[in-house]
Amino acid sequence: MSASATSIPNSRLGNLDEPATGDAARAARIAIRDLNFYYGTNQALRGITLDLPDRQVTGMIGPSGCGKSTLLRVLNRMYDLYPGQRATGEVMMDGENIIDPGIDLNALRARIGMVFQKPTPFPMSIYDNIAFGVKLHEKLSKSEMDDRVEWTLTRAALWTEVKDRLGASAIGLSGGQQQRLCIARTIAVRPEVILLDEPTSALDPISTFKIEELIDELKDDFTIVIVTHNMQQAARCADQVAFFYLGEMVEVAPAGQLFTAPREKRTQDYVTGRFG
Amino acid sequence: MQQATAVALRARSRRHPGDAVFAAVAKLSGLFVLLLLGSLIVTLFVGGLPAFRRFGLGFLVSDDWDPVKQVFGALVPIYGTLLTSVLALVFAVPVSFGIALFLTELAPQWMRRPVGTAIELLAAIPSIIYGMWGFFVIVPIISQDVQPHIIDTLDGIPVLQDLFAGPPFGTGLLTAAMILALMVVPFIAATMRDVFETVPAVFKESAYGLGCTMWEVTRSIVLPYTRASVVGGIMLGLGRALGETMAVTFVIGNADRISTSLFGPGNTIASIVALEFPESPAGSLKLSSLMALGFILFMISFAVLAASRALLRPGLKASA
Amino acid sequence: MSGHAAASMAMPGPARNLAVSRALGRRRQRVSLLVKGLSVAATVIALLLLASILFTLLWRGGTGLSVAVFTEMTRAPGSNGGLLNAIVGSLIQTALGTLIGTPIGLMVGTYLAEYGRGSPVAGAVRFVADILLSAPSILIGLFIYELVVEPWGGFSAIAGSLALAVIVIPIVVRTTEDMLRLIPATLREAVMALGAPKWKMIVLVCYRAARQGIATGILLAIARVAGETAPLLFTSLGNLNWSVSLTKPMASLPLTIYQYAGSAFDDWVQLAWVGALLITIGVLAINISARLLLRVEK
Repeated sequence: MSASATSIPNSRLGNLDEPATGDAARAARIAIRDLNFYYGTNQALRGITLDLPDRQVTGMIGPSGCGKSTLLRVLNRMYDLYPGQRATGEVMMDGENIIDPGIDLNALRARIGMVFQKPTPFPMSIYDNIAFGVKLHEKLSKSEMDDRVEWTLTRAALWTEVKDRLGASAIGLSGGQQQRLCIARTIAVRPEVILLDEPTSALDPISTFKIEELIDELKDDFTIVIVTHNMQQAARCADQVAFFYLGEMVEVAPAGQLFTAPREKRTQDYVTGRFG
Repeated sequence: MQQATAVALRARSRRHPGDAVFAAVAKLSGLFVLLLLGSLIVTLFVGGLPAFRRFGLGFLVSDDWDPVKQVFGALVPIYGTLLTSVLALVFAVPVSFGIALFLTELAPQWMRRPVGTAIELLAAIPSIIYGMWGFFVIVPIISQDVQPHIIDTLDGIPVLQDLFAGPPFGTGLLTAAMILALMVVPFIAATMRDVFETVPAVFKESAYGLGCTMWEVTRSIVLPYTRASVVGGIMLGLGRALGETMAVTFVIGNADRISTSLFGPGNTIASIVALEFPESPAGSLKLSSLMALGFILFMISFAVLAASRALLRPGLKASA
Repeated sequence: MSGHAAASMAMPGPARNLAVSRALGRRRQRVSLLVKGLSVAATVIALLLLASILFTLLWRGGTGLSVAVFTEMTRAPGSNGGLLNAIVGSLIQTALGTLIGTPIGLMVGTYLAEYGRGSPVAGAVRFVADILLSAPSILIGLFIYELVVEPWGGFSAIAGSLALAVIVIPIVVRTTEDMLRLIPATLREAVMALGAPKWKMIVLVCYRAARQGIATGILLAIARVAGETAPLLFTSLGNLNWSVSLTKPMASLPLTIYQYAGSAFDDWVQLAWVGALLITIGVLAINISARLLLRVEK
């Protein structure tokens, strides 16, 4: 299935043993500086400062309501849809502040894609689901589009399962397949960053495993941010992990370090299960 | 446990004749409603039987309406009914869609309820008011400003000039269609708005996340998701338009011939029944013809309303 | 995977050049903006037309408002008539139609909600009620004509009221069923567990719990039939003289408006506008109070 079969770490817990970012600190794809977010008068994020390293997986963990999903939704300006929600501060990508109202949202969302907790296959064929996003941003010939669809579904580890029924409705796929389709749909647009909001919490363990494998392969090309309430998943998948609590980022560290030797007591309490 | 309760309840009803009586009354009233519809259909049919017998199936395609020669045909009113209703939809559906889109996506929160209520008030205004307003306000405007302009613009263009030909009286099929359109907009818009709101936010956000514009999200996600209910709502509007009487009667012009021009006069089944009834003696062939027309109208409405219901019931129930 | 495919499979990955995306994006945004503009325009047009209707009624009807409208009967043109008998006739027939139709509608709604869940007969009843709800009201007039007027030998207020009752029934059925269904199962079970007979549970508890919703339904039915013309055309016919007899033709506002508006007499047309204004005020007032009632309930 994947050409990178030999590059999967021997142990899925391999990340825990490796020191932080071995080959020198990766540049930050996105640099968040002093970000505040408000739902109306209620402040949900306070002074977040965080680097999201290029082509690495950043995990965000924390109890419910801590603001991790909120932060994710700032990165692709999803909050724009809802009046009364606003952000202040800087989220820098390639020299531009994403929060700035003058930003071209269409181009932003071509560069930063999002996968949601609930699989959302569009009411169209599998082929069209993939082609849909691509057509928004590129003009491709039929054969180019065919290639793109094949590439996307292959990368998303879905091609062999659906290649004979690309015209079938996407709604007919299983939950795990639907979620992989959503991931495929996101990467088809050739983003630089992929945001994953608890992508496996609605899936069974086998689908979860497949998607975690997928994330490991995708980080060769894409910068990934994953929000998860499952600490083991963060330990398995992420290179660095940030712990959030009550709207603040308490601590960020390489995955191995955060779980075995956190600096902050709150982090320690959370990862040892003192509170959930 | 359930068994014991059932036994106890049955025992109870034996001790409480009130239960049996009440239940019987309830069930009888249900049957009464069935009887009501049944007798409605039968009455119209029986009343129209003499006309059906006399004219046969030719009744449906004859455009005669001659009280002197006692020859009546249904074609003119059927044509008028179908034409005005379908044309009304052509106007009403885009407007309703725009209103539904406005209420669900564009309007600020504080504006949604008042505007929504105002639109719904359009549905509460009685038909005769639309008729009067249509006749005294809209018809003069159309007659003086709109029709001459259109006739002049289309002068010389082969098909179109005949479609919009005729003396600019202001009344006619097109005017009737426009008034009908305004009358059905609230029904279609309300249905659309209600089902648009049932689309889960996560689907729309997925599309926005790819970079879609609001229109693209509506077209590719919202509309396919709500397709059945949208069509059901449109058919509900059609069902209402088919049976409208007073609004149409004021403005349609009462003709007994089919007009090739949309500006020309016509009749719908409802309007011809309203207009010709006073001069139809009891037991006459003319009255029977009107009854036959009523039966035909009921059959058409029934089919449309049944289809609408089939499309709407599942969709809205899912959201409840 | 074929060799060709494997080679090209390595290609995409993050896009480097966003020029095409931006260009496409600008065009797509323009289209979306156009749609938004048209939507606003559609709403504005509908609201303007509503305003035109209301304004016309207020202006043309208001100028004719006088005490005489309420104290004088309909008279020949030029005789300074009013609308008294029409107003009274409307009140009588609306009240009677509602009085007849509401209990029936209530019982049918109760049947559908309490006794008929899942039964095919109930499904048929529900279907029929939905059809009657939107059926052309002129056909109901024809129906009552054949059933009541012709055998009886004359038009009457009773016939008119019966026609209105037929219109009231499906409206009350729908709201009653919907409102009764909203009552949580736990409440019903609690009442039954106390040993109450089913009919008492329905009458004393369910009706009370749903009373605002049911009242709203009745109000909406009243608003609807108060403005109906077509069903009265062939049943109560209208009457230019004073009559409150139920067995004779009776005047009503919609019928009088219809007759006056189509006439060639200015004072009659003026009175038609006044009548139209009165009906609309009444209907909208009832509608708005029904809405407020429903909001209080929520």
